[in-house]
Amino acid sequence: MRMPDPDRDVLARRGEIIAALRRIVPGEGVIAEEEELRAYECDGLTAYRQLPMIVVLPETTQQISDILKYCHGSGVKIVPRGAGTSLSGGALPLEDGITLGLGKFNRILDIDYANRCVTAQPGVTNLAITHAVEADGFYYAPDPSSQIACSIGGNVAENSGGVHCLKYGLTANNLLGIEMVLMDGETVRLGGKHLDSGGYDLLGIVTGSEGLLGVITEVTVRMLRKPATARALLIGFPSSESAGDCVAQIIGAGIIPGGMEMMDKPAIHAAEAFVNAGYPLDAEALLIVELDGPEVEVDELIGRVEAIARENQADSVRISTSEAERDNFWAGRKAAFPAVGRISPDYYCMDGTIPRHRLSEVLTRMTELSEHYDLRVANVFHAGDGNLHPLILYDANKPGELEKAEDFGSDILRLCVEVGGVLTGEHGVGVEKRDLMGEMFTEIDLNQQQRVKCAFDPTQQLNPGKVFPILHRCAELGRVHIHSGQTRFPDLPRF
Amino acid sequence: MPEKFDPETTEDVRAIVADALASKTPLEIAGTGSKRAIGRAVDLNYVLSTVRLSGVSLYEPDELVLRAGPGTPMKQIQLQLDQHGQMLAFEPPDYGPLLGGAAGEGTIGGIVAGNLAGPRRIKAGAARDHFLGVEAVSGRGEVFKSGGRVVKNVTGYDLCKLMAGSWGTLGVMTQVTVKVLPAPEKTRTVLISCADAGTAIDAMTRALSSPHDVSAAAWMPAPAAARSAVSYVAAAHTALAAVRVEGIGSSVDARCDALRDELSEFGEIEELHTHNSLKLWSEIRDVRLLGEGFHEVADTGDDAIWRISIPPAEAPGLLGRLHAGLEMDAFLDWGGGLIWARVTGMVDAGSYVIRRAMVSTGGHALLVRARDDQRAVEPVFHPEAAGVERLTRNIKEAFDPERILNPGRMFDGI
Repeated sequence: MRMPDPDRDVLARRGEIIAALRRIVPGEGVIAEEEELRAYECDGLTAYRQLPMIVVLPETTQQISDILKYCHGSGVKIVPRGAGTSLSGGALPLEDGITLGLGKFNRILDIDYANRCVTAQPGVTNLAITHAVEADGFYYAPDPSSQIACSIGGNVAENSGGVHCLKYGLTANNLLGIEMVLMDGETVRLGGKHLDSGGYDLLGIVTGSEGLLGVITEVTVRMLRKPATARALLIGFPSSESAGDCVAQIIGAGIIPGGMEMMDKPAIHAAEAFVNAGYPLDAEALLIVELDGPEVEVDELIGRVEAIARENQADSVRISTSEAERDNFWAGRKAAFPAVGRISPDYYCMDGTIPRHRLSEVLTRMTELSEHYDLRVANVFHAGDGNLHPLILYDANKPGELEKAEDFGSDILRLCVEVGGVLTGEHGVGVEKRDLMGEMFTEIDLNQQQRVKCAFDPTQQLNPGKVFPILHRCAELGRVHIHSGQTRFPDLPRF
Repeated sequence: MPEKFDPETTEDVRAIVADALASKTPLEIAGTGSKRAIGRAVDLNYVLSTVRLSGVSLYEPDELVLRAGPGTPMKQIQLQLDQHGQMLAFEPPDYGPLLGGAAGEGTIGGIVAGNLAGPRRIKAGAARDHFLGVEAVSGRGEVFKSGGRVVKNVTGYDLCKLMAGSWGTLGVMTQVTVKVLPAPEKTRTVLISCADAGTAIDAMTRALSSPHDVSAAAWMPAPAAARSAVSYVAAAHTALAAVRVEGIGSSVDARCDALRDELSEFGEIEELHTHNSLKLWSEIRDVRLLGEGFHEVADTGDDAIWRISIPPAEAPGLLGRLHAGLEMDAFLDWGGGLIWARVTGMVDAGSYVIRRAMVSTGGHALLVRARDDQRAVEPVFHPEAAGVERLTRNIKEAFDPERILNPGRMFDGI
């Protein structure tokens, strides 16, 4: 993975930059010792590592503004970092860059029941927001599997999802407002506690922008009332086709489950060996369908889903009758990643999305690829929304195997795009999928996206080297190219 | 009359925009023009119409996805969705009559370009939240795409979010892909007599904070309620809060019963079944409770229509301040988060009083309807803070550097 060439001049000024940062953030907020910097050398994508030039941990928005203003003036790059759980290398440091950690922005600022929203600093974890309001019966809906650790600011940067997003949406659909600092130090507020600000939807474009547009310093999200009840079905199928048909028919019948997860045989076996959830080991595919809402509704829909499952050759159907049993159904799915980690020295988690009806075709071709690369793969799948997480099993200690796993992964993502899907459903592009962007987008598409980057950060000092395969200068992107002489309309010469 | 172009293909659109760019000739971008009255007046010599970029090219009910040309009539899309028991969950409104035109004229492109949404906004989101993919021609004369046909997608910047609500000022959309959802089997509405806005907000907040999965909450002061075509609502002769539940029959019945119980402390309770519920919520959605007569007074009268989005708890206070300074008729949607107001007899359409009253509430007020001369002078979209305004200009520059797409529709030069 090639990153932008480090700026020798900036590296030479390291001492001076450290001194300047210490004037802005006094005390221990500036980290410059190699052993301490080591903690920041990678995020959740551990295959890529780079020691940052400096780490700074500010405590106030004013400090962030001052840091950015200073860096803007002196040509220093910034990599924002929340909890560092990104699976795509979004917080991978730069050799000549400052990693700006938001860990000290860890307070919930306002719980507003009248307007049903919570305002938090960006370093607050996703789960902490739910914890803050659950005693009153509320929760924050998006629930990425890293929710115990990942920060709400990072969720905004990545537009994080989770297992409930088919029904309750992604971060973008639950976000009301942010405060952010632009690269030149200016602080702006987008949105607020109301819905739909007029004007361009800058809040929407910042969501999922992977830390390239600004440093988020405050986040306001909607809280929802917890559903009265939730029950789950655990359904075993003789083939992934029948499981896929079942999913399509559930949705075709007008039912939007709170969660609908599928696992293939290798994933079922790994999970069962790890947590003993009672998963059917003879099943080729396992479906967990969770219905939530009013009790009478859940009871009726459970019956409808069961009937659909039986019509689709389900071998086994279990229906939770208690919270403990429902948790048990989920235990295997939630532990799927560590479970796979037990059966292989290393695994590489992919994140493509496909149109659901192409599932069995994609799984078949993935099996072929698995044979071709001689690497095992286990699949967990957000079946409701088509988001596929193939886990490629490999051993990093075997020479060449990591590269082989990466090639396998790239082939899977190309396959996702080929069948009408996308490279990443919720983990982000980061550095990991950066060089695959051309599979999905033309140069014109990518240039238009980069012009949005230029609108926020014309000097391209915020998190460069992420998302875009080729970094064009903003001045070059801004030029207008007129393709004249193509008139096909007789009226047009009158322009 | 302006010269009109009505291209049939993306390539035609590209050629027209490229030629307009070459000669720096601004184009008005429109569908049927049914929402032309919203925004600052754009009076140009050339119109690029999307009406022939029409037709549903992909609809897969099981995949919850639909793709169409921007000029596809909403009527046609709704018909197709009805046949499969599905809907656009953000409840796209029809502002035709509100804007002095006919009903049923709008296109999917217009709904998306305005980022519109009806009463279900509080539960399901606005057009932006259902906008999965776009193909468009930028003011640079280039065809670009963003997003896709799947819900779960974080690949690259989500330019759909910028296109939604940009009123044709960033690109000419040539194809839109939207998420569709199952339509509810049954709908019921609990009506609570609430004489004042404060009680209504309390009742709606209670309902929206309950586990009963309320999909809409509105409050109609007596004059607004009196204009309803639902006889019970009109005959109530009092202000009414309305709370909607939707879903499968057994669930709707149970939740409706629970809400009647829990909301009875706020006022007298009544209930509307499916037929009357649909009627009432379409009146609220399409803003038909602010009175008749717009048709006649549209171009000469002093009545202006405002759409004010605020934190819901601010509604009673703001309504009080507005009533103190304006002759005004209003009702609340979105659990109090949206005020629809008809302001009478103000030279500035009520702009000064409304903008000043909102300094303390935050939010956004859109002047939806006013005379051309008022729209030329008063800011139609809510004025943005300096930093945000700079970003807005930069975004315009990124998509349309020569200002040839609907220039000035939203802000001066935007």
